[in-house]
Amino acid sequence: MKVKRLLSIGLVAALLVGALALTGCGAAEDGSGEAGDGSELSGTIDIQGSDTLLNVATAWSEGFMDANPGVDISVQGGGSGTGIAALINGTVDFANASREIKDEEREALEAQGGTVVEHRVAIDGIAVIVNPANGVADLTLEQLGRIYRGEITNWKDVGGADAEIVLLSRDSSSGTYEYFKEAVVAADDENAEYAASAKLLPSNQAIVEEVVGNEAAIGYVGLGYLSDDVQVVAIDGVEASIETAADGSYPISRYLYMYSDGEPEGVMAAYLEWILGSEGQQLVADEGFVPLP
Amino acid sequence: MAIVILAAIALFLVYNAGRALTEVGLGTMLSGIQWYPTSDPGKFGMLPLVLGSLLVTGVALAVGVPVGVGAAVFISEFAGRRLKEVMKSVIEFMAAVPSVVYGLIGVAVLIPLVKDVFDLSSGLTALAGGIVLGVMSVPTIVSISEDALHAVPDDLRHGSAALGNTRWQTTFKVTLPSASSGIFAAVMLGLGRAIGETMAVLMLTGNAAVMPTSLFDSVRTMTGTIAAEMGEVVQGGLHYSVLFTVGLVLFAITFGINLAADLVLERQRKRWRR
Repeated sequence: MKVKRLLSIGLVAALLVGALALTGCGAAEDGSGEAGDGSELSGTIDIQGSDTLLNVATAWSEGFMDANPGVDISVQGGGSGTGIAALINGTVDFANASREIKDEEREALEAQGGTVVEHRVAIDGIAVIVNPANGVADLTLEQLGRIYRGEITNWKDVGGADAEIVLLSRDSSSGTYEYFKEAVVAADDENAEYAASAKLLPSNQAIVEEVVGNEAAIGYVGLGYLSDDVQVVAIDGVEASIETAADGSYPISRYLYMYSDGEPEGVMAAYLEWILGSEGQQLVADEGFVPLP
Repeated sequence: MAIVILAAIALFLVYNAGRALTEVGLGTMLSGIQWYPTSDPGKFGMLPLVLGSLLVTGVALAVGVPVGVGAAVFISEFAGRRLKEVMKSVIEFMAAVPSVVYGLIGVAVLIPLVKDVFDLSSGLTALAGGIVLGVMSVPTIVSISEDALHAVPDDLRHGSAALGNTRWQTTFKVTLPSASSGIFAAVMLGLGRAIGETMAVLMLTGNAAVMPTSLFDSVRTMTGTIAAEMGEVVQGGLHYSVLFTVGLVLFAITFGINLAADLVLERQRKRWRR
């Protein structure tokens, strides 16, 4: 009985939060272009967007608020698209994104008299992983592309055992999925698609778990998700690491972005500068991403 | 009131799906077999998603109905008072476990098991998702079936016993048929629970948008697709609109199931009244 009651209270609370979030997203389109409150190191910054960036963005906000108690920063996830939509609607000051802003989105903001300003805030190296028992530890970018397009379906064709390759990918909504497609799957032919048999898993962690449990699986994850239970596959002879991603020798790495409407001013500019400075970039490394060179 | 809310939901879905319905067309989407929504131009064939949902739900029913109805019969007809109370609270507790927890247990236990038992290349299959959904629909099926069995008047059981029937005969020839409409409703609600479930299938089915050919294929469901993709799409864009169309199709399917269930129940009720 008690359990049921608690449950229903929780449910009502969840519904309320959901409803609020929905109204927030759909909120009126006036008040665009209102950014940071000018005064020195006090004020509020609202940030929303990419789940990839969520942990590091939270760490940034905590670090900055510790150093500047007058500043109040709120960070929300929800996805790159959600964050950019919120920026267009004028409900946030920065949108975190794990992909570049799309033309449609840029046009929507510009149609309201805004200007999109892009800030690169970190690099995400994407490591290709297999089970340690798999034996394959080196692939060329071209082989990897053929594997993910479904042209190579057996490990024996790339020097492994005679076993069917189990393709693991991030979900099609993920910025990582799109980046990996550009950089690997469709590197030579932009109309190429992932093999339809690729299993799309909802998180980096889900890919690691499946690779740990499956000798025939191959997957890709952010550098922060690597562990000793998986074998990192070197690409074109280069091992994925923070160093190789930062100096550009590792071929599969991408920028992570924050977008603002117009050049940031006041507290927003201070925050961005702090993120790009040594303290902010140290947090980037702590969270498993690659600091900007 | 309920009708107003339902109509509002339907309108909301249609309104947001409008762009996809006019630019891509419902027929093209429903018959298309390629789902590459982020390609340029996007391919929005949702047939694999619809079939994926139906396949997983089918497995869920095959698991959930025998277990659920069996448990309800046991609780209502055979268990002693004390056991009955314990079992009822355990089953109520099952309903309180969040679906993401079922998903985690599935990933940790069921996926490797399915892989080994059936000697597959990967355990992320429609079968694994369906089994977990079946388990998740058990509480719904049990509580409603148990209510229905409980509502059967004891006079019927006593009458049957007086005619010399054993307890088993009474249960299967008298009590169960009398409660059949309630049990049918329970199965339908369990079905609704299974087809609408999102988190656990997202974690367990592998989400590859292929046309399913067997239980051992990875499938992508409608609910999983909406949940996974909604956060990253351009709001108001074509992909966004297509996701609302997926929601509309899902809504139409569940609405159809409930309507059909209601009609069957109504017919049965009339028969019993006669």
